[in-house]
Amino acid sequence: MALTLFYITSAVAVFATVMMITRLNAVHGLLYLILSLLAVGVLFFLLGAYFAAVLEVIIYAGAIMVLFVFVIMMLNQGQKTLEQERAWLQPGIWIGPSLLALILFVEMLVIVVSGGSAETGYAVSAKQVGVALYGPYLLAVELASMLLLAGLVGAYHLGKPMIKMTRAGGKS
Amino acid sequence: MNGIPMEHGLLLSVVLFVLGLTGVLVRRNLIMILMSLEVMLNATGLAFIVAGSRWGQADGQIMFLLILTLAAAEVGVGLGLVLQIFRRFHTLDADSLNGMKG
Repeated sequence: MALTLFYITSAVAVFATVMMITRLNAVHGLLYLILSLLAVGVLFFLLGAYFAAVLEVIIYAGAIMVLFVFVIMMLNQGQKTLEQERAWLQPGIWIGPSLLALILFVEMLVIVVSGGSAETGYAVSAKQVGVALYGPYLLAVELASMLLLAGLVGAYHLGKPMIKMTRAGGKS
Repeated sequence: MNGIPMEHGLLLSVVLFVLGLTGVLVRRNLIMILMSLEVMLNATGLAFIVAGSRWGQADGQIMFLLILTLAAAEVGVGLGLVLQIFRRFHTLDADSLNGMKG
C-alpha cells in the first residue's frame, strides 16, 4: 500500500511542478509550487524521514513561500492591483491546486487510519538526526549559521529603498 | 524493509530537477526563475533523503537541513535583488537586463 501511495504522491509532485512551470501568472505558479513542496513532504514521510518532512512543510512550504508572497505583493502596487486581484480570485484557478491538495489530504487520512503500517524504508528518528547534527556535524551547523547571517546582512542591504548609484548609472 | 525502490526515488528526484532546470532556462520572469531554483534545490534534497532512507543513516536528513539553510539564504538575497531590479528598471524581464556597466 505504501508503494501505491509513493507513486500517487510522485505523480502529484511532477504534475504540480509542470503546472508551476507553465503558469503565466506568478501567483498561480506559487500555488502549484506549494503543492509540489507538500507532495515532496509526504514523500519524505513515506521514506521514513519524519523530521525532514516536518521541516519541509514548516520552512519550505511555510516560511520561504511567505517570502515569495510578500515580494509578489510588494511588486504589484498601484492602481491595476484591484482588477488583478479580481482576475486572480476567479473560480477555476484554485480548483487545480485544491484537487491536488485533496489527494494529499486523502493520503494523510489513509495513513492515519491504517496506523503505523504506511511507512516504508528505514525510519530515521529526529533523535538520531539531532545526535548526529551536534556530534560529527557541529562544524557544518556553525557554517550554516554563518551562511544564514550572511544572507540576513545581504538581504538587509539589498532591501534598502534605493542603493546609491554610482553617479548617473556608471558614467564614472 | 520492503520499501520503496531507491531507483524510483532517485528517478523522481532527477525528473523534478530537470523540470526545475527547464523552468530556469525557459521562463523569463525573475520570480518564476527563483521558484524554479527552489524546485531544483528541493529535488537535490529529495535525492539525499532517498539515499539516507536506503542506508538507514541520519546523514541524508542532515544534508537536507543544510540544503534548507542554503535555500533560505538564497531566497532572501535573491528576492532582495529582485526588489532592487524592479525599483531600478521597472521590469522583471530577465532578457531586458542585458546591459552591464562596470
